[in-house]
Amino acid sequence: MKHTESELVDIKNSISEMWNLVQSQFEKAKTALLNSDEDLARVVISTEKRVNAFELKIDSDCENYIALFSPVAIDLRLVLSMIKINKTLERIGDFADGIARFVLESDEHGSHLELLKEIDVETMLVAVETMLEKTLQAITTENTAQAGMVFSIDNSIDTLYAEAIKKLAGHVVTNPNDALYVLHLMTVLRKIERAGDHCNNIMEEIVFYLDAKVLKHQKK
Amino acid sequence: MKLEAKNVNFFYGDFHALKDINMKIESNTVTAFIGPSGCGKSTFLRLFNRMNDLIADTHLDGECMLGDTNIYDKSISVDELRKTVGMVFQKPNPFPKSIFENVAYGLRINGERSKSVIEDTVETSLRQAALWEEVKDKLKKSAYALSGGQQQRLCIARALAVNPSVILMDEPASALDPISTSKIEELIFELKNHYTVVIVTHNMQQAARVSDKTGFFMLGELIEYDDTKKIFLNPEKEQTQNYITGRFG
Repeated sequence: MKHTESELVDIKNSISEMWNLVQSQFEKAKTALLNSDEDLARVVISTEKRVNAFELKIDSDCENYIALFSPVAIDLRLVLSMIKINKTLERIGDFADGIARFVLESDEHGSHLELLKEIDVETMLVAVETMLEKTLQAITTENTAQAGMVFSIDNSIDTLYAEAIKKLAGHVVTNPNDALYVLHLMTVLRKIERAGDHCNNIMEEIVFYLDAKVLKHQKK
Repeated sequence: MKLEAKNVNFFYGDFHALKDINMKIESNTVTAFIGPSGCGKSTFLRLFNRMNDLIADTHLDGECMLGDTNIYDKSISVDELRKTVGMVFQKPNPFPKSIFENVAYGLRINGERSKSVIEDTVETSLRQAALWEEVKDKLKKSAYALSGGQQQRLCIARALAVNPSVILMDEPASALDPISTSKIEELIFELKNHYTVVIVTHNMQQAARVSDKTGFFMLGELIEYDDTKKIFLNPEKEQTQNYITGRFG
């Protein structure tokens, strides 16, 4: 393998490591939320720095690659998509951190595990995990065949999100004392829904890299 | 430190070609010199194996060090120096001999008589120059039968055969097609595991791809010398930035 190729492999390996880290962060944040596990939430918050450090390293590697190797064609698409995926993964890491912080803060309002079940937040979280897994598979195997599935999972998250908001509105009417908690919970739901959107964007970037097709702002 | 220039000034007659150059080059690195034509980069490169000695009416002030030795010291044998500091030129210049004899030449004139030593060294050198697989079945054929890119790798093998520690390359790929250039670049990258390589190139992308350090020369001055990543991402000097972005002049 030429040294120019091995540099690209290094970038891909780094982004896979970041992917695994962000997946782990999201999985821990999910478990912490569904079990009100404050210790696990603290682990997520303390690990967030590692995600940020990864983002800086991959950014720097991509900048150096462009400056030194003047990539074209698929190599250029790869580096451009890596820069965007890197930023997007970091945002998903931020969402995991945000969910973990909610777990610590929601202690002040008491546990509402029943409400979380009622709005089916677990299904939304699992769906995001699936999207993260499928997108990682796509880039690892360099195969975009599952892009359609990823996009459809995002649609299902959007539906779940809309339904959850309605249920929360109804809950506030019957339980006005929970209003503050529900408002905070809505920000968590929004983070989960946005994480799904970000996974969508990642899949679009993978399609751009591998198939040279631009799917942004198109109906899928 | 493998090579070092200390307060080097060089003159062609009255023309002040190199102005107070100071540079340290570490072992097992690739260092690239870039800059516009006439900036002094090739003159500076040639100082390190005293190729400029052959040019009449030239004058050097300062010191060029190979390790702890000033290579312009009167006690230095130029022939011995050139065994340690090999050179590859812009245009491939194989001898009118067979492929085998081109590589064996340096060994023979250095007095090596052992057939097995010569054969082993020829094979090792051709392997290091990434040429062995292409020529192993036609070693007795004329070097002129090879393509330009192969001839250049043969010249690199010839330089490696006498066991140098430094390889100087003056535009080694400028006369080659992109595939041959890519092979030479990959070879340069591999060579640094065993040698200290210094390369002059007009191709800035080549400097970026293969080198660890880059020196930018202009009008006989070393404007900037730093890690290649730094030079190509965030150079300190505006002149360097203007040159590498094509805004120069």
